[in-house]
Amino acid sequence: MSFGAQLFLAVLEGTVSASVLAVTALGLSLVFGVMRVVNVAHGEFFMLGAVIAWSVAFTVGDMPLVSFLIALIVGPLVVGGIAVAVDWLILKRIDYNPEGTIVATIGLLYIIQQATLILYGPEARAVEPPFYFLIQFPWFGYSGYKLIVVGISLMLLLGTWYGLTRTRLGLYMRATQYDREIAQAFGIPVRRVYAAVFALGGGLAAIAGVLVVPIQQAHYLMGHNPLLMSFIVVIVGGLGSLRGTLLAAFVIGISDGVISVFFTPTLAKIVATLLVSLVLVVRPAGLFGEKEP
Amino acid sequence: MTGRKQDRPWRTPMIVLVLLLAAQFVLPAYHHGNLTRIMVFAVFAIGYNLAFGYAGLLSLGHAMFFAAGLYGAGMSAHFLGFSMPLAFLFGGLCGLVLALAVGLVALRTRGVSFMIVTLMFSQAIFLTILYFNEFTRGDEGFVLAQEIRQLRFGETVLSLTDPTLRYNLALGLFAASYLLGVALLRSPIGRVLVALRENESRVQMLGYNTFGYRLLALSISGALSGLSGAAYALLFAYVGATFAATQYSIYPLLWVLLGGVGTALGPLIGTGLMFYLVDFASEITSSYLIVVGVVLVLLVIVFPKGVIGTLQEKWRGLRS
Amino acid sequence: MTGKSDDHRKVRKVGDSAFGVSRRAAIKGAGALAGVAAAASLTGFTARAHSGSDAPIRIGFQVHRTGIGAAYGRWYERTSRAAVDYINETGGIGGHPIELVIEDDGTDPKRGAEVVEKFATQHKVDFVFGTLFSHVVIGSAPRAGELKMPYFVVSEGHHVASGKLNRYVFQPGITDVRQQVISMAPWITSNLGKKIAMIFPDFAFGHDHRDFFSAAAGSLGGEITTLLPIPPTESSFTKYFAKIPSSTEVIYHVMVGPAVLTFVKEMGEFFGNNRPELFGFIDSLEAVDIASPGLDYLEGSYFWEAMPRYADGLPTAAAAFYRDKVGVDANGASMSDSKDVATFSHMFGCWETLYVIKAAVEQSGYRSGKDKVALIETLENMKWFNEGIAHPQGGKQFVGQIHQSFGRQFISKVENKRLKVVHTTTIEDGLYEPEADYTKQAL
Repeated sequence: MSFGAQLFLAVLEGTVSASVLAVTALGLSLVFGVMRVVNVAHGEFFMLGAVIAWSVAFTVGDMPLVSFLIALIVGPLVVGGIAVAVDWLILKRIDYNPEGTIVATIGLLYIIQQATLILYGPEARAVEPPFYFLIQFPWFGYSGYKLIVVGISLMLLLGTWYGLTRTRLGLYMRATQYDREIAQAFGIPVRRVYAAVFALGGGLAAIAGVLVVPIQQAHYLMGHNPLLMSFIVVIVGGLGSLRGTLLAAFVIGISDGVISVFFTPTLAKIVATLLVSLVLVVRPAGLFGEKEP
Repeated sequence: MTGRKQDRPWRTPMIVLVLLLAAQFVLPAYHHGNLTRIMVFAVFAIGYNLAFGYAGLLSLGHAMFFAAGLYGAGMSAHFLGFSMPLAFLFGGLCGLVLALAVGLVALRTRGVSFMIVTLMFSQAIFLTILYFNEFTRGDEGFVLAQEIRQLRFGETVLSLTDPTLRYNLALGLFAASYLLGVALLRSPIGRVLVALRENESRVQMLGYNTFGYRLLALSISGALSGLSGAAYALLFAYVGATFAATQYSIYPLLWVLLGGVGTALGPLIGTGLMFYLVDFASEITSSYLIVVGVVLVLLVIVFPKGVIGTLQEKWRGLRS
Repeated sequence: MTGKSDDHRKVRKVGDSAFGVSRRAAIKGAGALAGVAAAASLTGFTARAHSGSDAPIRIGFQVHRTGIGAAYGRWYERTSRAAVDYINETGGIGGHPIELVIEDDGTDPKRGAEVVEKFATQHKVDFVFGTLFSHVVIGSAPRAGELKMPYFVVSEGHHVASGKLNRYVFQPGITDVRQQVISMAPWITSNLGKKIAMIFPDFAFGHDHRDFFSAAAGSLGGEITTLLPIPPTESSFTKYFAKIPSSTEVIYHVMVGPAVLTFVKEMGEFFGNNRPELFGFIDSLEAVDIASPGLDYLEGSYFWEAMPRYADGLPTAAAAFYRDKVGVDANGASMSDSKDVATFSHMFGCWETLYVIKAAVEQSGYRSGKDKVALIETLENMKWFNEGIAHPQGGKQFVGQIHQSFGRQFISKVENKRLKVVHTTTIEDGLYEPEADYTKQAL
């Protein structure tokens, strides 16, 4: 295939993975930004979304569109519920202590992973995309569903932005992120905001999982990579900046694919990894970082 | 500060080391072997504790330093025929040099950025190990033959396959690291590190080169992690890329947090605790990690500052 | 306890003890250590002495119950239990029943070595078997050698035969990747094409395929048009297909791991109807239903199988008997759950390995640990394992020098969402010159 076509393909692929990454990272950004804690189990919420999508498809039977729509609702609801439970039972009890949260969420990661292994099983299973059509470019065929994923992600991102800037809950979240004590002084129920943020973060990760599973597959260990990638994106974008998170997601998502056109795969990954560190070394607060973390 | 701790800071370390020395005569073979492994990994945890606990540098990439020691010792012994002591020291040196190099770049960042930069460097090292799989054999790794794992003193040849020798070598390495940790804390350097962990700008204004101190902490941390990796390669005969993967950056963090950040004994307790937690859990269930997860959550609720850290606080609370 | 943590920097008050440990804590710590030591010495003994005619033979089963190998581990466990049950029903090993002791190694080399140690020093088993993933094998083997524990690997890796492990390690129950690959080369180059692109995971397993197949195909007039090593965490493959030149006649793929489904889907999307011949290894699809959504693209492609998943591929009485005992139906899925597809091309290795252990014990007269040397020497002199209930996949030629068995391989075509065997290789197709000689090592 010609070089130009390869590049075009890489950009397309990069856009798709960047969109999913943006949604996942957004969830983590909210949690990290508002609550100032690292949720090491964030990737497991993503995985749960994918597994729930498979379970719904399995129960519903031969109607991929219906099960997709149901999963888009059930997935984030269930995962959000788990998140609220975790917040109430564990995080509140350790008072959101940063180090304690790391250990607790590592424990949570093990629990969720193993529970999935026991209940869902060790194998990877596919889910049919809700609609399947091939877009035939002159040089290659491309799955139409993938482009739909980009569209849905964009809608989610816009919806979250709208929620954060136009609703009261969004206002509370932004205020708490900016300065927790003053927010409390203004009568904002910070504890409840935390629970909502944690649930929202988990829910976004779950939706990303539902979106991506028809393109990939549901496997109990699939949360590992999304966790790392969204973590990187949030920091590179700049803590506390949603704009930064989104920009970083797209830059990292697309460049990963583009670089691999020029180098052999493993070398490309090394180069991409070092480039990310370079960004941080040059701009330690991240691309749009506001205050020093 | 209560006077008692200041008076005899060496008492606890001495008690611990004497116990460990004596334990080898009492323990059945299985636990004897386990303790050897725990001590080797505890050195890694001590190294991590130095960076994180003393200097406040939360790194997510320490696997690269362990791997530097693992491969440094393993490859020099396997391909270049280094003797065991030389390979061991070379491994430590690799850890030190890598930490210096990484530190020069990464220490320009702080906090969460530092976490990601170290994570990224570690990933790059992992991928590089895979890239040069002709020599490293990548993820599969390679074995160090029994014949080269020997110590020679003139006519006598001691094999590193001997459990007693292994235990005592591990104990020696652990003791040196443990005592280094205790000594460092009491030293002027240690005090600067703790101070700069608390409030870096203040320390800077006092005229200290905080970058230099942080680099020093990271370098010693890297050296200890490298020595731990070197010990693993030589004592247990396996070198593989698994040890350079992200989970081996999470483990020392977990061990240190469990035991108590910034405490001297915490790393050993945390490492041992996790090891036996996994072991006991596998006896009672087929998905042992679930038990481990539950226990971790419970531990964090009961011991928010890690086992040793929380006990210290309670003791202080009782006495005052 | 901890105060409010709104300042996310770690706040430590001046009086905090970051150095030394309070005496109380030290005593508690020491007490805990002593307690552990005491408890440990109580739990130190779990073995029973080998005396009496019905003393069991204890075999340690190192299994990937969790971790990336879990899908295989499950079926390995079912097969091993079935084999042990049947062997015990039919008189055990030389009259002694087998006692299976199971430990999970989490598909991790560090844990694998620890588990080997546990088998030897705490469980005090006679033999250990069952490891599959190569990195775990290589991580665990040294300890087995040091502990003088006969270690039977069910891995299909080339590591045992390469001579790089130690004399206690054997792989008698399953064939290795080198013989698998070289026995495929003649058929591929004669039937599918001579211009071959290879897609493989960028780790040792993939490199073995790359090296062995390139050499074998090259010597038969084949040409490798592209080599595409895929990094382990890759989840999307479309961009790699773009690098394959259009003159390629065959795509040889060995992708393993959860991303295989993505791989096939994207391959289909990319090439559409205009595709080269596809030759893969069933490793990609172990435990995966060929009729899964997204795998339609595999229709008309070919796969290596070690043991045909569909019963009609190997319609022998022994294979049918074995299939029944391990609970697999005619389509290669669990009899109790048709969605639970077996790892049929690997799990037979456990069954056959247990039978090899049985044969070795019975022929050498092994009674207890001090007979290990005799057992190993006897095993090294064995040459042939007959096809039959003990070896349902087929007869095996055992090469004692390299501790490795050689057996036949199968090539199947995907037709109507099933696998149909189109070719069976001979053992000679896969034979290679031994690279090493374990029998010269001291025990």
